[in-house]
Amino acid sequence: MELRVNPTRMELNRLKTRLAMAVRGHKLLKDKRDELMRQFLVMVRQNKELREQIEERLAQSFRKFTGARAVMSAEAMEEALMYPQLELKVQLSIQNIMSVRTPKIDWEKAGQGTTEAAYPYGFAETSGELDESIATLAELLPQLLELAEVETAVTRMAEEIERTRRRVNALEHVMIPDLEHTVRYITMRLEENERANLTRLMKVKDIVRAKSV
Amino acid sequence: MFMPNIAVIGDNDSVLGFKAVGVTVFPVSEPDEVKAVLRSLARDETYRVIFITEEAAAAAKEQVANLQKRMTPVLTLIPGSRGSMGFGMEQIKRNVEKAVGADILFGKEGR
Repeated sequence: MELRVNPTRMELNRLKTRLAMAVRGHKLLKDKRDELMRQFLVMVRQNKELREQIEERLAQSFRKFTGARAVMSAEAMEEALMYPQLELKVQLSIQNIMSVRTPKIDWEKAGQGTTEAAYPYGFAETSGELDESIATLAELLPQLLELAEVETAVTRMAEEIERTRRRVNALEHVMIPDLEHTVRYITMRLEENERANLTRLMKVKDIVRAKSV
Repeated sequence: MFMPNIAVIGDNDSVLGFKAVGVTVFPVSEPDEVKAVLRSLARDETYRVIFITEEAAAAAKEQVANLQKRMTPVLTLIPGSRGSMGFGMEQIKRNVEKAVGADILFGKEGR
């Protein structure tokens, strides 16, 4: 479809610059989309693996926990877990992947008992299964945080890819053809005017010559 | 320096263990509770990373979806004590479909 414009030389120039810009933008966006897609595929695979692992390990931990719950009374359980020895602190910063802003999570342990799997309770009154359950969980935490990071990045990237693809398509299938058509239309109109002018001149010249003879 | 904490939302059985490893837990049992906790956590600067069990997330789908669009806090689904409901995987699958246009990761499996 042609744009509705006046077929003038000025308009033609303007449209030609716009077309050049659109073509350049299209190429850039296409490159962006391809690179985003490449990185996305790497990350989404990682995302999937991570989640599979975590779901499995977490299920293990929960099984142990249920076991512990079965041998210990609910009160003893509450009591054992009442006062955590350590606290996990996180630091969020923003990472830039292909101009997609994604969170980056750094973490550290704070409080007493910064050794691996510090149990907040004495061993005398608790079941061994509880220890195992909590040890698994402690091991799992870094992975969980990584999952949070990767999964958010993947979601953001998926959105960005979709948006970029839309823009590429709009340029490729609407903007650029439209501009090309209009440029062709104006060029043809201008040529046509030129020819009309020429014939008119020739005609006038004939008349003048006829009179002078 | 101020360092935000991690929060876990879910039913009692799922979250109690997390307490021992230094994560703040928010045990919830009813859908309305989930919504209330999510609302207050979204405004609270002390928690920047939130894990929520799939069961709890199912009770407040819209809120979860909205929060995940924001930069902070980072909200992630984890399976609860009753096992995975597949929501987390579903989300990955949706992302792939959105980006690629077709499911290329999970297609091979399930057959």
